[in-house]
Amino acid sequence: MMEKEKLRQMQEKRQNWESSVYKKAVQENQERKQKFKNLSGIEIQHLFTPEDTAHLNYLEDIGFPGQFPYLRGIHPTLYRTRLWTMRQFAGFGSAEETNQRYHYLLEHGETGLSVAFDYPTLYGYDTDHPLARGEFGKCGVAVSSLKDMEILFKGIPLDKITTSMTINGPAAVIWAMYIANAENQGIRKDMIGGTIQNDILKEYIAQKSYIFPPEPSMRLIVDTFEYGSTHVPKWNTISISGYHIREAGSTAIQELAFTLGDGIEYVKAAVKRGLVLDDFAPRLSFFFNAHNDFFEEIAKYRAARRIWAREMKKLGAKKQRSLWMRFHTQTAGCSLTAQQPEINIVRVTMQALAAVLGGTQSLHTNSMDEALALPSEKAVRIALRTQQILAEESGVTDTVDPLGGSYYVEWLTDTMEQETYKYFDKVERLGGVIPAIEKGFFQKEIAESAYRYQKEVDANQRILVGVNRYQLDEEISIPILKMDEKGEERQINRLKTLRHERDNSKVDAHLKRLQKAAAGEENLMPFILDCVHSYATLGEVCDVLREVFGEYREPAIY
Amino acid sequence: MVKKIRVLVAKPGLDGHDRGAKIVARALRDAGMEVVYTGLHQTAEQIVNTAIQEDVDVVGLSLLSGAHLTLFVDVARLLKEKDIHDVLIVGGGIIPQDDVPTLKKAGIAEVFGPGTPVDEIVSFIKKNVKR
Repeated sequence: MMEKEKLRQMQEKRQNWESSVYKKAVQENQERKQKFKNLSGIEIQHLFTPEDTAHLNYLEDIGFPGQFPYLRGIHPTLYRTRLWTMRQFAGFGSAEETNQRYHYLLEHGETGLSVAFDYPTLYGYDTDHPLARGEFGKCGVAVSSLKDMEILFKGIPLDKITTSMTINGPAAVIWAMYIANAENQGIRKDMIGGTIQNDILKEYIAQKSYIFPPEPSMRLIVDTFEYGSTHVPKWNTISISGYHIREAGSTAIQELAFTLGDGIEYVKAAVKRGLVLDDFAPRLSFFFNAHNDFFEEIAKYRAARRIWAREMKKLGAKKQRSLWMRFHTQTAGCSLTAQQPEINIVRVTMQALAAVLGGTQSLHTNSMDEALALPSEKAVRIALRTQQILAEESGVTDTVDPLGGSYYVEWLTDTMEQETYKYFDKVERLGGVIPAIEKGFFQKEIAESAYRYQKEVDANQRILVGVNRYQLDEEISIPILKMDEKGEERQINRLKTLRHERDNSKVDAHLKRLQKAAAGEENLMPFILDCVHSYATLGEVCDVLREVFGEYREPAIY
Repeated sequence: MVKKIRVLVAKPGLDGHDRGAKIVARALRDAGMEVVYTGLHQTAEQIVNTAIQEDVDVVGLSLLSGAHLTLFVDVARLLKEKDIHDVLIVGGGIIPQDDVPTLKKAGIAEVFGPGTPVDEIVSFIKKNVKR
C-alpha cells in the first residue's frame, strides 16, 4: 500500500513538474525536434521516472544476474570474473594468408578466433567451380577440403583456443573438417570448443547464403545438435543470428523478434525429432548486431535474455543452462561510412560499449576501413585495441548490468519485449517461421525498414556524420589490404593434386554411403566425417547433398 | 508520352547482400522508371540475357563481395560482344577507389559507393541514359 501511495504522490509531483517547469522550459526554448524517435521508430519521452517502470516487479521481471529471468545477465559476476572473448571475424584469400592473420591477432591479445569464409565456400562450391569465378578469397578464406583446414589452423592449439565459424548452408561439412583436423592432431572431439553459425532460417530471411530447401536444411541442423550433444559437448552447434537481419536493414525490434522466433523454431524442430530439450539447449547460442542507437541496443540484449528464458521455460527446459541466452555481438558493418573512415573508430567504440553494457559473451569490433574493403592489419589492431580499452580502462566492467534499474532502460527493455511478442503473434498467424519466409513476410518487413531508413538519411532526418552533415571533400587515404595474387592459382593446384593423390576409391565409397544416408533418415554427421577424413572436397560432399535435397531459389521481390 | 527509362537492377555472382540493390530498385521505380530486378546469384550471361530480353536502357550492378573487377567487367564485355553499345552500365557496392578507373575503362559509366544519396543515382541515370 505504501508503494501505491508513493507512486500516487510521484504522479502528482510529476504532473506539476510537467505543467510548470518543463512547459516553461520548452516555451522559452523549443526542443530540437517535434518528436524524438529511436531507430525502431519508438517515440522516446523527454523524461523517464519510476512511473514508467511501476508495472514491473523487480523480483519477477528484473531479478538478479545468474537467476531467472536472467535479464541482468546469465552469470552472477559477469566481467568481474572473466572478460568477454575478443573474437575478430577474419578471413581472406588463401588459407596461408588467413592463418598469418590469426597468428597476428592472437599475438596482439585476441582471445578467440572467428573464421570468415569466401562466397564459394559459403555456397558449398570448391574454388575451381565455374560459379566461383572472381570470388576466390574476396570476402573470406577459401576452404575446399581438409587440406585447407589444416593450413588454416597451423600452429594454433585447437584444444585451447575456441573458434567460431560463420558457415551456414554447408555448416555440417565445414564443422566435420574442423573436427577431423583436430582428431588428426590427437585432439579428441570432446576437447574442442567453438561455434558454427549453422542458422539457415536467417539465410532465407536476410543473408541469402543458402543451398538446400528449408526441410533438409533443418534436418542437417538437427543432426548437428544431436551429434554435438553426444560427441562434441563443448561446441555451440548453432549461433542464432540477428546480425545479418539487421545488416539487411531491419530495425532493432525486428532483429530481436525474428532472431528469437528463429531460435524457438529450431528448438521445436529438434524436439519434434525426439531430442531431449535439456540435452541440446545449453549449446544454442546467439549473435546480435550493435548499431548506433546506444540505449536501444542495450535494451535489446537485455530483453532478449528475458524473453528467451521465459520461452524456454514454457517449452519445458529444466536445466539452468538451457535458459541462458548467450550471445556474440558484432558492431554494425552497415553503420560504417566510406566518408571520413577514421571516425568509424568512434562509432565502433560506442557500439562496442553498448554490447558490453548489454552483457555480451564475445565481441567483434569492426575496422574503420570496412566500408571500403577488407580491413588492413593496422585497422584491425585498432579495432581490437578498442575492446581492450573498454575492458581494461573504462571501468564499465566493474559491476554487473550497470544500467539495470535505469527508468529509461528498463522501460525500453520492456517495450521492446512487448513489440517482440506482437511479431511472434504475426508470424504465428502466417503459419510459423518457414511459411512466413515462403510468403516473403520477413523479407518485405526488412526491405520496408531499410527503405524508410535510407529515405530518412537522404532527407536529412537522420544525421550521419560525414555523410549528410559535416562532410569533407577529401581524398581518402587509407591503406587497403591487397591479397596475394598467386593465392587462387595455388589453391586450384592444391585441389588438383589432392584429387590425384588421395585414395579415390575410398572417397567414392564414402560419398555413396552419404548419398544413401541422405535419402534416408539417419544422422548424417558420421557419414560426412568419413567423407572429409578421406579428403572428399566441400564441393563433392555438397553436390551429393544437392542431388538428394535439391536447391533453394528465392523469389526476387523488392 | 515520354518513354519510361527501363532499368535492370542485377546482383551478379554469389553475393547475398541485397539491401542496396533493393533500395535502389525501389528508388528508381519511385522516380518513374520501369525496374526489373534479377534477384540474387546471377551469372554475367544471365544478366546480359535478361537485359536483352527486357530491352532495358540501363543495367545497374550491385556487388559487395569484392568480385567486381571480374563480374562487372564480364557484364560489360558480354554486352559489347553482343554488339550492344547503347545500354548505360552503372555499378555500386563496396568498391575501393583504386578499382574505379579499371571499371570505368571497362565500360562502367559510374560507380556509386556507400553513402550515396539515391537521388544522385536517379539524376545520373536520367542525364546519361543513351537511348
